[in-house]
Amino acid sequence: MKIMVAVKRVIDYAVKIRVKADKSGVETTNVKMAMNPFCEIALEEALRLREAGHAKEVVVVSMGGPQCAETLRTGLAMGADRAIHVSTTELLHPLTVAKLLRGLAESEKPNMLLLGKQAIDDDANQTGQMIAGLLHWPQGTFASKVAMEKGSDSVVVEREVDGGLESLKLQLPAVITADLRLNQPRYATLPNIMKAKKKPISQVTPEQLGVKISRDLEIVEVIEPPKRKAGVMVASVDELLDKLKNEARVI
Amino acid sequence: MLLQFNLPIPIPIPCFPTSSLIDMGSFQLSRALLGSRRNWVVRSQASLTRFCSSGVIKGVSDTSSPSVHESPSASASEHAVANASEAILKSRTWNEHQLTADQLQFRSLASDFAENELMPFAAQWDEQKHFPVEVLRKAAGLGFGGLYCGHDVGGSGLSRADGAVIFEALAYADVSTTAYLTIHNMCASLIERYGTEDQRQDFLRELTSMDLLASYCLTEPNSGSDAASLQTTARRQAGSTDYILNGEKAFISGGGAADVYLVMARTGEAGPKGISCFYVDKDSKGLSFGRQEDKLGWRSQPTSSVILDDVRVPERCLIGKEGEGFTIAMSALDGGRINIATCSVGGAQFCVDAAQGYVSTRKQFGKAIIDFQNTQFKLADMLTKVQASRCLVLNAATALDSKAPWASASAAMAKRFATDECYNVANDALQLHGGYGYLKDYAVCELSPF
Repeated sequence: MKIMVAVKRVIDYAVKIRVKADKSGVETTNVKMAMNPFCEIALEEALRLREAGHAKEVVVVSMGGPQCAETLRTGLAMGADRAIHVSTTELLHPLTVAKLLRGLAESEKPNMLLLGKQAIDDDANQTGQMIAGLLHWPQGTFASKVAMEKGSDSVVVEREVDGGLESLKLQLPAVITADLRLNQPRYATLPNIMKAKKKPISQVTPEQLGVKISRDLEIVEVIEPPKRKAGVMVASVDELLDKLKNEARVI
Repeated sequence: MLLQFNLPIPIPIPCFPTSSLIDMGSFQLSRALLGSRRNWVVRSQASLTRFCSSGVIKGVSDTSSPSVHESPSASASEHAVANASEAILKSRTWNEHQLTADQLQFRSLASDFAENELMPFAAQWDEQKHFPVEVLRKAAGLGFGGLYCGHDVGGSGLSRADGAVIFEALAYADVSTTAYLTIHNMCASLIERYGTEDQRQDFLRELTSMDLLASYCLTEPNSGSDAASLQTTARRQAGSTDYILNGEKAFISGGGAADVYLVMARTGEAGPKGISCFYVDKDSKGLSFGRQEDKLGWRSQPTSSVILDDVRVPERCLIGKEGEGFTIAMSALDGGRINIATCSVGGAQFCVDAAQGYVSTRKQFGKAIIDFQNTQFKLADMLTKVQASRCLVLNAATALDSKAPWASASAAMAKRFATDECYNVANDALQLHGGYGYLKDYAVCELSPF
């Protein structure tokens, strides 16, 4: 089985985000970037499936400018077998990413597509679902456990939903998106970092995948959330109820 | 007022002026740094922790996206938290243009490891004098146990420049533990370079994996700077090829905890040419250790004297030739000096970041104190010193890698400069914290440890 893992290069989770003065986005120049944490978890799961003998090959994919190579090299250093870089400098939104992944899936023919549930920069939580729709593949999103039996053509995904945990059995090929508790990603090791240099990163353009990049979304404005206001002492329970009802509007 | 200051683990440099971190007459004494506790609250948001391939799992807290930080209030613990997060951010060291793509990746790995495995615990280890062997083994699992050893014995086959980058990143989180790691690597690399093929195969695998920990034993109570005058003897008895070792070594890092001791002992004439290097097992009969030294800082690293009382060492444990021991010891120290210097740089970078974080939030006279020119000048000077130290370290490392004849001198320069300047930087950082700098809650105070 071949597993394809899509990873995104995002601002490192520990960085204090600053909004640009012109409110067009967040400051990314000179800011530390890293692989999206959920993508790391997805890649880790793929590696574990391969180590358990369920998969033969793990291919890691990323889309964007030349700096993606960094993220792909991290993926290779963690243990992926090879990498594909979809080269573009355009801003990509989830639907476009999904279309590009469809193009790749058609040529690579993976049996499983693993992604992070969402990226920590846009929190879209759409790409996995969209690609499953485009490919007409079953999807197991917010996975907290992925289990396969040897030689089986299905996978059992335990998902975290509002009501608790839900177990789904998906017929392969399938799309799975990783949630936080799926696993703990491994560190790369020094020997693996060096071995990664020999692993291939192939380049592909959106045109080659037959995708025309269109701007379906327009970012109107990016602003900081309102500053936390000081607490207010209330004189009585009635006043509390009144504030909860009329000001905070939570009841 | 009780003055406390931190001594480095003395690595004697017999041929070059030993740089003293304590300038006995200077005004600096009155602004001495305290080592000890740092009480971080590790950032709870988006704390994705990791495990290494050995499979130890740590807890994870649930969150999916970072929110924009709010300005912390003036309470001490919140300053500490703010400092933690700011400190983690500012790991750009402005020398990325000098590093290879590989080194950038090594550094990224080392930083991640440092942030997750060292930073949250460093203060506690120091306070409790806990030697974090399990974490060192984890580091070895990533390849940090035998940086300069060959792949065939489990080493990573890296250069001194690579090592400098890695150790600086680790020292950012914990100077003391990283310094021990560099000493262990120094011992392993000594065997790699001067050992026979049999010795490499026999001894190195357990060292690169850190199944066994190593210590370097040169200094004695009566020979510090004048290392070549050491008095530990290694004599052969008639009818045996074994050596019998007698003597005492002082201030040995890892003493008591390490499994393997590389002991320089006198087999021949007085002076450097009579010294040989021996691989001594901890369980050897006659080998004992003094009490653990009560150090002012670097308390996560055990330090004690090593006493040899008719310790029998087989011939196969002689590293190099008889009489070659001093050359071996000195060449090991070239690397050791570079690594101690790089540890200082890592620690100092942390101090600068912590100070910058603090002065950005501390308000007096109606504005953040970073808005005052003096603060800015101070920070600029501090950063310059750290950067200059870093440059000297990289210079020495590349000199050693290319076997330049001036490599030893370069290493000594790097060590002398980096340790002194970074000491000053740590002191400046403490001063910038004002009264808070004197409190154990504040990391900068713990970060004096050199």
